[in-house]
Amino acid sequence: MKILLNRKTTTRTSFSLLLLTMLFCTSAFSQSAQEKGLAIAKEQKSRDEGWSDSVAETSMILRNRQGDETERKMRVKSLEVIDDGDKGLTIFDQPLDVKGTAFLNFSHPLEPDDQWMFLPKLKKVKRIQSKNKSGPFMGSEFAFEDMSSFEIEKFKFTYLRDEQYQGMDCYVVEQVPLEEDSGYSKNITWVDKEHYRVFKSEYYDRKGSLLKVLTMHDYQLFLDKFWRPMELRMDNRQNGKSTDLITHSLEFKTGLSENDFDKDSLMRAR
Amino acid sequence: MKHTLIKYLLSGVVFSVAGASQAELDIEYTGTAAFEQRYFLQDALYPQQSRDNASVYFSPELYTALNDGQDTILFRGFVRLDQNDQKRTHGDIREFLWAHIGDDWEIKTGIGKVFWGQAESLHLVDIINQTDAIEAIDGEDKLGQAMVSLSLYKEWGNFTAFVLPYFRERTFAGMDGRLRGPVEIDTDNALYESSDEEKNLDWALRWQHTLGDWEVGLSYFDGTSREPDFIPSMKGDNEFVLRPYYSQIQQVGVDVLAIVEAWIIKFEAIQRSGNMQDYWAMVGGFEYTSVGVFDSVYDIGWLVEYQYDDRQELATTTAQNDILIGARWVLNDFDGTEVLFGMVQDLDYSGVRSGFIEASSRINDHWKWRVDAYLFSSDEPTDISYFLRRDDYAQFSLEYYF
Repeated sequence: MKILLNRKTTTRTSFSLLLLTMLFCTSAFSQSAQEKGLAIAKEQKSRDEGWSDSVAETSMILRNRQGDETERKMRVKSLEVIDDGDKGLTIFDQPLDVKGTAFLNFSHPLEPDDQWMFLPKLKKVKRIQSKNKSGPFMGSEFAFEDMSSFEIEKFKFTYLRDEQYQGMDCYVVEQVPLEEDSGYSKNITWVDKEHYRVFKSEYYDRKGSLLKVLTMHDYQLFLDKFWRPMELRMDNRQNGKSTDLITHSLEFKTGLSENDFDKDSLMRAR
Repeated sequence: MKHTLIKYLLSGVVFSVAGASQAELDIEYTGTAAFEQRYFLQDALYPQQSRDNASVYFSPELYTALNDGQDTILFRGFVRLDQNDQKRTHGDIREFLWAHIGDDWEIKTGIGKVFWGQAESLHLVDIINQTDAIEAIDGEDKLGQAMVSLSLYKEWGNFTAFVLPYFRERTFAGMDGRLRGPVEIDTDNALYESSDEEKNLDWALRWQHTLGDWEVGLSYFDGTSREPDFIPSMKGDNEFVLRPYYSQIQQVGVDVLAIVEAWIIKFEAIQRSGNMQDYWAMVGGFEYTSVGVFDSVYDIGWLVEYQYDDRQELATTTAQNDILIGARWVLNDFDGTEVLFGMVQDLDYSGVRSGFIEASSRINDHWKWRVDAYLFSSDEPTDISYFLRRDDYAQFSLEYYF
């Protein structure tokens, strides 16, 4: 009886020890995976510092399940902001009924973005609710939050594994959005080890199912430092629709300043 | 006055062109045209009126930028032809504006259009441009306003001073048109409090600023009221008419928008003083949007606004004590389909209410359809809405953009 009890205790102790060790190992492992994930994200961000400002001419090709296409054209002005999120001004050129409509976005790492829309018919600058970030951008498969600038503070990162993607050595990193209004439970990104460029990103909905897959194509080097994909393709795996975001021209350091990104610049945007 | 202004404007244009280093002028030509068919659901109150009405409009826009975008010139014209109402057949220079932009300032000279305010159902604070009321019942179409304005864009906000040298009279439906009162409004014989009549020099100030999640605006206007009173009068020997009377007023306005969590709170109030009457009015409410309702990509935005006018039954608007409840359904599809519907209930008279639906969608890059319907119900002869009680209508528009 005593022996039995002893044995039982021993078993219990060793089981606890094992559990403890397992727990410790898991946490130590996850700690380092998170650290590594964060380090990759930080390197990704730091390699992209110093672009100052850019002007791009872009098209969005929206495609439905049947393959019908429609094109949106827009110009995008961006301003790098050092201690805060970046600023962006998007001017719509097509479809013609929304021509002259302009969208101004101030991203913030921790708070919701500040957003304004200029409605040319009314001449009204309208503040809009940035909490609606999971909604589609211009009827496309890109959500408003996909168009916002990449900020470290918005996610919890976990390094998952190394993997080859299209012949390149990549890190596979999980990003969990920290904002409760995000439409995603997590994103999984493929980042190449050489230049820290994102080549693929899988978006999972709030229920944890795969929702969209974003792939980047035709990376080009600007100012000998900044890699930018000339084509992004977002495939919605749940509704069969897709959107291509194509950059026709991109110019850096064009001399834009804060003045070009205030509410009144919206009214002048053409 | 008109001629002097146009001369001044043209001299500005010539000056800018001469100042441009390269003589090459890149003029952007765009615009809109539309065919509109209205169908009134009930027989008219007055014998001159019809059940159907067809109408077309054309609105071209010319734009050019000079001196690296420091100077811009914009022209926007508007012409409408109406089947039944000759008063609704009209044209206007909506904008003909030269803007010169500095680092943190801007001067605009010419004919312009300005919008102030935050509310959706009523634009109380917005006073610079006269309403082209014959265009649509929502009052959002405006006539071009002659102006010189100086704006300062500073850390403490955006400040603009306006000088408004020429007044535009409000447009009203003629005797053959629907959506009117029983008596003709004699727009050819308007009366003014100012001895300078429409040449009274009006002026205005506006400050607007973003403070975190708040948008705050203050405005002041001194000049000719955009909203006329009506003086019963005789035209000729035996024709009874109403002559619009434009008094001199001072108006202080405040407008606020605040983002509180998922809600947008909107508020506007004015205090208007004049020789005839002092009063205040307000409109306030909220907007709440649900994104991706019922597991779809649809958005539904809920809109509730309360309207109050201190003049109560003397108010020249229907918005004296009313509540609007509406919803905007955005399909987020290729064609940008949207449906806005709702109703306005008068809280003084339970039998006075109106309902509306506005739906639109693109057909392709150039064409768009639109359906607007308004239903009016009024059993209260002292409320303005009584005039519209038989004017329920649906309008189908086919719009062309180029």
